[in-house]
Amino acid sequence: MTARAAFNSVAVPLLALVVFLAFWEWLVWFKGWPTFKMAAPSDLPPAYSRHWDLFLTMGWQTLWRTVAGLLLAVVFGTLLGMIMGFSRIMRDALYPLLVGFNAIPKATVVPIVALIFVGQHDFNTVLLAFMISFFPIAVSVSIGLSTLEPEYRDILRALGASQATIFWKIALPKTLPEFFGALKVAATLAFIGTNLMEIVSPHGRGLGALFDSGRTNSDFPLMFAVLIALAFLGIVLYYIVVALEKIFAGWAERSPG
Amino acid sequence: MQELIKIKGVRHAYQTDSGPLPVLDGLELSVPEGGFVAVVGPSGCGKSTLTRLVAGLMKPDAGEVWLHGEQVRGPRPTVGMAFQNPVLLEWRSILKNVLLPLEIVPTKLSRKQAEERARFLLALVGLEGFEDKRPSELSGGMRQRASLCRALIHQPDVLILDEPFGALDAFTREDLWMTMHQVKEREPFTGVLITHDLRESIFLADQVVVLSGRPARTQYVLDVPKAGPRTLDDLYTPQAADRLNILRHQIQIAQGRAPAEGGAS
Ligand SMILES: Nc1ncnc2c1ncn2[C@@H]1O[C@H](COP(=O)(O)OP(=O)(O)OP(=O)(O)O)[C@@H](O)[C@H]1O
Ligand SMILES: [Mg+2]
Repeated sequence: MTARAAFNSVAVPLLALVVFLAFWEWLVWFKGWPTFKMAAPSDLPPAYSRHWDLFLTMGWQTLWRTVAGLLLAVVFGTLLGMIMGFSRIMRDALYPLLVGFNAIPKATVVPIVALIFVGQHDFNTVLLAFMISFFPIAVSVSIGLSTLEPEYRDILRALGASQATIFWKIALPKTLPEFFGALKVAATLAFIGTNLMEIVSPHGRGLGALFDSGRTNSDFPLMFAVLIALAFLGIVLYYIVVALEKIFAGWAERSPG
Repeated sequence: MQELIKIKGVRHAYQTDSGPLPVLDGLELSVPEGGFVAVVGPSGCGKSTLTRLVAGLMKPDAGEVWLHGEQVRGPRPTVGMAFQNPVLLEWRSILKNVLLPLEIVPTKLSRKQAEERARFLLALVGLEGFEDKRPSELSGGMRQRASLCRALIHQPDVLILDEPFGALDAFTREDLWMTMHQVKEREPFTGVLITHDLRESIFLADQVVVLSGRPARTQYVLDVPKAGPRTLDDLYTPQAADRLNILRHQIQIAQGRAPAEGGAS
């Protein structure tokens, strides 16, 4: 990357952010909205400085539970994807189930989960983050494996390689670009899962709970501050996935032009 | 001379949704050690199926496939394969791609020796200096050269080539024909080459086998005796024209566009 391109990749998003914040501030000022209708960016720093210790602890709780759910989703989704990718019968059997499960609004699952595992708040939150995010991973892995061109298999099979060897040496690495594409989606979905649990069934933990307390106290700047903090965490996790993708599947990137 | 590949009365049908599809029926083929046989035939007649049988990737319904005096019952590490699609692994360097078979088959070579051999093969096909490049940085012809090196790295007895030059332009293809001759001189192998190109078949092989339309059987065998090293000029001699005419006529018969008896049309 040239210095200019590096500058662009940092400066352009920053500039976009500044423009966005300026527009938001202007809109609130122009419309004359009071803070209980819509907070302005300038209301946020006071909200953060008042509750910075809460933001740190709650943010950390939200983050680790999201990441835990996501890791579970990676393991389970990959296994499920492998099963469906290698076996036609399992694919036919599991796909409708999976699609049906994914179609269920997860907000309706929250009370059920909360009822089944009463009081296990950490576990419930991780579970919901997991449930909402494993689907894209399973689908991408299964498609990556089932669309592997037969020649790729044959070059190793003709030498007497086992199925496991073919999987490790060819099928798995070849699926990595699709896998990371799905992981980016899954990472943001996992946040939604965590926060659903934290907001719908609040337990005094996580940014979702902070949001909820903002709601009960009519502290609107706090609510907006939580949303922005969530967006920030989402971006951080997303770019961590992007960095991992560069390391493990960087070969799939073609320089444009 | 010993027959290295021997196919006796092979019959095979694929099971499809609309019933069995007979693909091979009464196929006979034998290739002596060091021989190079080209197989031509109408599209879809079962040529790739034939290569999969020789490689032990499938078993025929009936008949026998022998390699080195042993009946083929499964894959064996003494076979090297290359396809029309070079199937290089994008996440590996060219050198690591060539070394791939040695990660599967047992080898007496040390890591260093293996790498030296890979570099030697790459230089032989004209890819010196590209060892550390990624496949995406190479042209189609160069990728096919690399795929050839991969097929040869473990010193297979049998090299199976399924239309390896089919997707290349005419000039690149002719370059690769010359490369094939150079490779065979330095790294002798017994080869089966599937091709759609009759000029390629008589230029590279010392025997051309014409398969009939599906279900394929051996329809015609043309010997192409070799007298000294071949050059591209050999393709423009009257003798070459005669051979091409014979083969063309046989293909027309195989396609059902000419009667089995009678003169060339
Ligand atoms: N796995 C399979 N299942 C069912 N039918 C198949 C399968 N593989 C090939 N066939 C059919 O068998 C026939 C022969 O296939 P094959 O690939 O051996 O032909 P080919 O001579 O190599 O063709 P081409 O010249 O186009 O490469 C074709 O009609 C093909 O549709
Ligand atoms: Mg074919």
